[in-house]
Amino acid sequence: MSENEIRMPDTSRLIVSSSPHFHTTDSVSKIMLWVIAALLPVTAVSVWHYGLPALEVIFFCTAGCVAVEVLCARLMRRPIEINDGSALVTGLLLGLNLPPGTPIWICLVGALLAIGLGKMVFGGIGCNPFNPAIVGRVGLLIAFPQTMNTWMTGPDAYTTATPLKMLSDAHLAGQEGATNAMSEMLSQVSYGDWLLLNQHGGSIGEISALALILGGILLIALNIIRWQIPFFYILTVAVFTGLAWLSDSSLYAPPQYHLLSGGLLLGAFFMATDMVTSPVSRTGAIVFAIGCGIITCVIRLWGSYPEGVSFAILIMNALTPLIDRMTAGKPFGAPKKKGLKL
Amino acid sequence: MSSVFSKFSNGLWRENPVLVLMLGMCPTLAVSSSAKNAFGMGVATTFVLAGSNLVISLCRKVIPAQVRIPCYIVIIATFVTIVEQLMQAYAPAELNQMLGIFIPLIVVNCIVLGRAEAFASKNGPFLSLLDGLGMGCGFTLALMALGAVRELIAAGTIFELQIIPNWQGILLLKMPTGAFIVLAFFLAGMNLLKMRKCRKEGRAYEPPEELNCRTCSICKISRQ
Repeated sequence: MSENEIRMPDTSRLIVSSSPHFHTTDSVSKIMLWVIAALLPVTAVSVWHYGLPALEVIFFCTAGCVAVEVLCARLMRRPIEINDGSALVTGLLLGLNLPPGTPIWICLVGALLAIGLGKMVFGGIGCNPFNPAIVGRVGLLIAFPQTMNTWMTGPDAYTTATPLKMLSDAHLAGQEGATNAMSEMLSQVSYGDWLLLNQHGGSIGEISALALILGGILLIALNIIRWQIPFFYILTVAVFTGLAWLSDSSLYAPPQYHLLSGGLLLGAFFMATDMVTSPVSRTGAIVFAIGCGIITCVIRLWGSYPEGVSFAILIMNALTPLIDRMTAGKPFGAPKKKGLKL
Repeated sequence: MSSVFSKFSNGLWRENPVLVLMLGMCPTLAVSSSAKNAFGMGVATTFVLAGSNLVISLCRKVIPAQVRIPCYIVIIATFVTIVEQLMQAYAPAELNQMLGIFIPLIVVNCIVLGRAEAFASKNGPFLSLLDGLGMGCGFTLALMALGAVRELIAAGTIFELQIIPNWQGILLLKMPTGAFIVLAFFLAGMNLLKMRKCRKEGRAYEPPEELNCRTCSICKISRQ
């Protein structure tokens, strides 16, 4: 090598990324491990309550997601990044979003939809515009409406009607039907049951509100999720359904009913807070959460689907880039802009 | 003779209206839910394309350039009316009902207007007819391929023939969402085929410009 030749450093190993740059000991795998830890209580309760059907669904969703990620990475000639645990979290969340006793092959189709169509097609971790677990769940919900609406209430008992489903059917039947169904349902429902152990049928992850809240608080305490999203999401649902209930309590269920039923808590704590698909700024997160809340309520109260959490989060995921743009911070010292520029 | 045939085959593959030019997405997504619907729509569009290309090419010297678009639309609408009335008279009622509004909407199909503007207004009647037929066949084949895949996955049938027995259908593929998903895989497959062809001929493959290297790995795949 001659003296005059310029020796360039080997830049191929440097990671060049855009600002903001933070110095932190967090890593993707560490965060994902904590999310899994936060989901453990609810997973444990549901496996204890439903037994094998729940365990099977969770296992095959998780294994399916990891397998699909490996397969996609191989096909795309990309480094295999299953060690970061994000596929594991997606699989676990997908499993918690399905009814217990879902056939194994449907779980695997869900994994394919979630990781394949929801994540790898867009370029892998950090590039997906939508929450992969919700893509999987909504895909399955549209593809297999029959299977996805048969719920277990206990180890051997089945029902096709969750409380939200009954409510939605009654609304479609008309005013009188709704009033009758409402009073019947409210007499059956026990809020204590819901908080500890859901006996009314629902997804695996809707088993215990308390376990979900515990996991959510752990994540907030560790600063992994921002408290703004779950707080404003749940608050919006409470205010919205509360106003509807106050306006006509014979037609609409009380707010505590809406807060505890369905996948609201699971969605608010674990899915709407996904770092990749929620807005960056605090203001943006609040706008995002309120939007999720309003769409959830509109679908629940007036839509033909009984539950709207997953649709609401998907729609707001799609709006996230816009929200980010509207709420982007001003560079220090930049001149004041007149009016809102998009 | 070879150049005459190439005018026809152009629409089949190299400039396939659906898979390469990305024209006529509305009927593509809406009526490709089964192979039969796709076939009906394809035949109707082929008739309109060939007819309107022929007539526009014959009239190209008398149509003033300033009002050419309205003139094209009138000619296209004539053929669409013919096709609509023919279908109401002779096509199976069930097919007619499924295609519904999409038959009259061929008037505003951008493939038809696009070929009139890009080809028929500059070429003789024979070549224009061939171009229309080729484009129509390409449209029909692409639609039928989409429809067959969607029908197979959604119901386990192709042209209503049971292919997979006891198939629990995946309803997702029957909905417009399914059309988007299947079309996306078709387009990815087209890119893969082009890439393979380049490699075989020893040329460097140039990926579509709008792809982002952060999320896409087509170059990595093409290099190996």
